[in-house]
Amino acid sequence: MDDKLIVSSIEIKSRLWVGTGKYKDFDETARAIEASGADIVTVAVRRVNITDRKSTNLLDYIDPKKYKILPNTAGCYNVEDALRYARLGREAGVSDMVKLEVIGDDKTLFPDVCGLLKATEILAKEGFIVLPYSSDDPITAQRLVDAGAAAVMPLGAPIGSGLGIRNPYNIKIILELIKTVPIVVDAGVGTASDAAEAMELGCDAVLINTAIAGAKDPIMMAEAMKHAVIAGRYAYKSGRIPRKLYASASSPIEGML
Amino acid sequence: MIIRLNAEDYTVKGAKTVKELLDELYIQMDRVAVELNLKVIKKADYMTTSIQNGDTVEIVNFVGGG
Repeated sequence: MDDKLIVSSIEIKSRLWVGTGKYKDFDETARAIEASGADIVTVAVRRVNITDRKSTNLLDYIDPKKYKILPNTAGCYNVEDALRYARLGREAGVSDMVKLEVIGDDKTLFPDVCGLLKATEILAKEGFIVLPYSSDDPITAQRLVDAGAAAVMPLGAPIGSGLGIRNPYNIKIILELIKTVPIVVDAGVGTASDAAEAMELGCDAVLINTAIAGAKDPIMMAEAMKHAVIAGRYAYKSGRIPRKLYASASSPIEGML
Repeated sequence: MIIRLNAEDYTVKGAKTVKELLDELYIQMDRVAVELNLKVIKKADYMTTSIQNGDTVEIVNFVGGG
């Protein structure tokens, strides 16, 4: 099936995007990402450990030639910090893509949408391919597109909560409203059915970290998510049957004794 | 020369440029980004950007994140 996902002008192979946080070690990270089949991999930008230079680097395990490294601005609570981390991430990496986070509150980790809009506008003007982590509000999504976002990434539920897609109707409205850039559900997925649901709604991709890294067997869950995203996408593309209240027999009446 | 490096005081051993500082710290330049006094330095400018006593330097890399 010819079903390419294009972000800005970049072709993305997998509709499952994965994070690299919360794994036991880099080896487990690498194996889970391999099993997920993802080619977009998010990372955080943090200080180098100056004193222990023997410590290994994430990129020794996640080959930037094989994966598209997507730096985030996680942990940033205002526009200035988000811009700073985005610019550092661009210089440390190889692309202009940034997963933009401007967090409003440390308990919910919900986005500060005012700050997010401002930062999106500034970074888009600087040539960044801005992928903002957003609330699931359709108007915000539209404003982000107007500000130059290359995709919109509404949350399904709070980051790391595993609550699934809490407001599928909002996601539906976002999908109805925005046809010019991909919509990626980012955050909230707990298990494979949540990922499939996001894709069945018509989302272009799903970004998952905790649900994989936090599973008892992250490698197997990564593979489960891979299949769920493919299944959800195919189900969406094939067009599901309408829901009906009453039965309709699958076997013919004709020829019965 | 003492600089503020990743939020700690650091006595520079002899480096005069950003490139020499990274060498002194055994840091591969392709894996990091460097900020000098709040300004991100382009990799192409590491060799020509000098560091001064009292400078604030941040060296960052990628770590696991979602």
